Amino acid sequence: MPNVSRRLSIRRRVSNVCFIGLAGLASILVLAPLGLIFGYLVYKGIGSINWAFLTHTPRPVGEAGGGMANAILGSTMILGLGSLIGVPLGIGAGVYMAEFGHGRYVTFVRFTADVLNGVPSIVVGIAVYALVVLPQQHFSAFSGGVALGIMMIPTIARTTEEMLRMVPNTIREAALGLGVPQWRTTLQVTLRTASKGVITGAMLAFARVAGETAPLLFTAFGNQFWNLNPNQPTAALPLQIFAYAISPFAEWHRQAWAGALILIVLIVVAVSAVRFVTSRGNMQSNA
Amino acid sequence: MGVGIEVKDLNAWFGKAQVLKEINIKVGANAVTAVVGPSGCGKSTFIRCLNRMHEIVPEARLTGSVQVGDMDIYASGQDAVDVRRRIGMVFQKPNPFPTMSIYDNVAAGLRLNGYNKRRELDASVEHSLRMAALWDEVKDVLKKKSGSSLSGGQQQRLCIARALAVQPELLLMDEPCSALDPIATGKIEELIFQLKAQYTVVIVTHNMQQAARVADFTGFFLMGKLIEYDKTEKIFTTPSDKRTEDYITGRFG
Repeated sequence: MPNVSRRLSIRRRVSNVCFIGLAGLASILVLAPLGLIFGYLVYKGIGSINWAFLTHTPRPVGEAGGGMANAILGSTMILGLGSLIGVPLGIGAGVYMAEFGHGRYVTFVRFTADVLNGVPSIVVGIAVYALVVLPQQHFSAFSGGVALGIMMIPTIARTTEEMLRMVPNTIREAALGLGVPQWRTTLQVTLRTASKGVITGAMLAFARVAGETAPLLFTAFGNQFWNLNPNQPTAALPLQIFAYAISPFAEWHRQAWAGALILIVLIVVAVSAVRFVTSRGNMQSNA
Repeated sequence: MGVGIEVKDLNAWFGKAQVLKEINIKVGANAVTAVVGPSGCGKSTFIRCLNRMHEIVPEARLTGSVQVGDMDIYASGQDAVDVRRRIGMVFQKPNPFPTMSIYDNVAAGLRLNGYNKRRELDASVEHSLRMAALWDEVKDVLKKKSGSSLSGGQQQRLCIARALAVQPELLLMDEPCSALDPIATGKIEELIFQLKAQYTVVIVTHNMQQAARVADFTGFFLMGKLIEYDKTEKIFTTPSDKRTEDYITGRFG
């Protein structure tokens, strides 16, 4: 008998090592592409990043120097407008689906959100072109924001719904039992309990649309100069990267790499900043 | 001071299933009343009808009337939120708000109802935690620790403090000790005993000994009907209904 148990324990140890190895390998495979992309961006782009790149507008063809400052500002503006539209509407729809809706209409809203999630970004761009740009007769940061906002809605709505569904009913009942009105329970108890996941959803949607180029092509359009007016054509990093990358000039290629690096860094900074700000004030359950 | 309750012809349904049938009962003020009976007999539904929590379940409905003190809680035009504000409830599983500190949990009822004066909140939090016999254990970590970091028994006393902070006229407890160990249960029972000086308490319990220990009156429910309701002593020694006797002595349920 001791032999049997020893054989078993060896087998168990071998399979244990195997599976830990497999899990470790899988995690490396998941991280590798991100590491490679980021590493390559740094390798290609870091050399072109300097003070001028961050503070100057693009130079005409043939002139050296210049930067993407206007595109950095433009992207910030367009993403800000997009978030102003996408985050409240997305969270609102998610709250409706999880907390207030019953029956067929909810199924319909959820189905619509899923379909919208699958709509190619260029189609969203065309729709916004037809609905906002054409009536206004000009390109604008605002229309770009609308396009990105629309693209953010389904992701945020569905994650908000899922996160709210994970909040135990006992928490809602605790608040209702204290005589807290339904709307306040939803806003200050249920949504607050789910806030971590909801914020993750919003950040995912934000990061995803931050790199979108197609919907901006015929909405924000791009601009070679500074622009602070949301009603005017505006530069955006993805547009600028696209324009420079397909150009025949080596200098512009280098700037495109630098722009791509800046874009990734900005997304990481924005996401971390939101996480940092929102994680304060809320207690963690095991704090 | 606590208030009395008068329930008349109460029927309750979930969808088509009738879970309470013709309940008539008068509960005295400043007493502890236990509701006992086998699982699924309608005990929980019954006390959820006393603060209009029954109706938050989709497809739930009821008929009949419930008078709590001078308030007819199902009168037309009576606001359910106002009813719940005046009637506290403690649930089966401790359910502190997980994102809030101990202090915020106790203050939640007041804050979410619009009270924000710092000094009044401080006083109310301390008073409620003292009432719930939790103050000494948490007074140094009020704002540092979250409600859900406490032990199960402490969490349940926190929930009691939270319910007391809004100064209800009636306290409903739905199997408050079912998730707790005997020591924590003992503390809660002692607390219930003290609470009846100021509150009317209705407690649902699965535990016969608990009913016998804490309750002045006991009602026995079976299949949605109130079979017998009397002084606890009478129910446990000389019940007048055969079914009560069978249940008390453990012959079914």
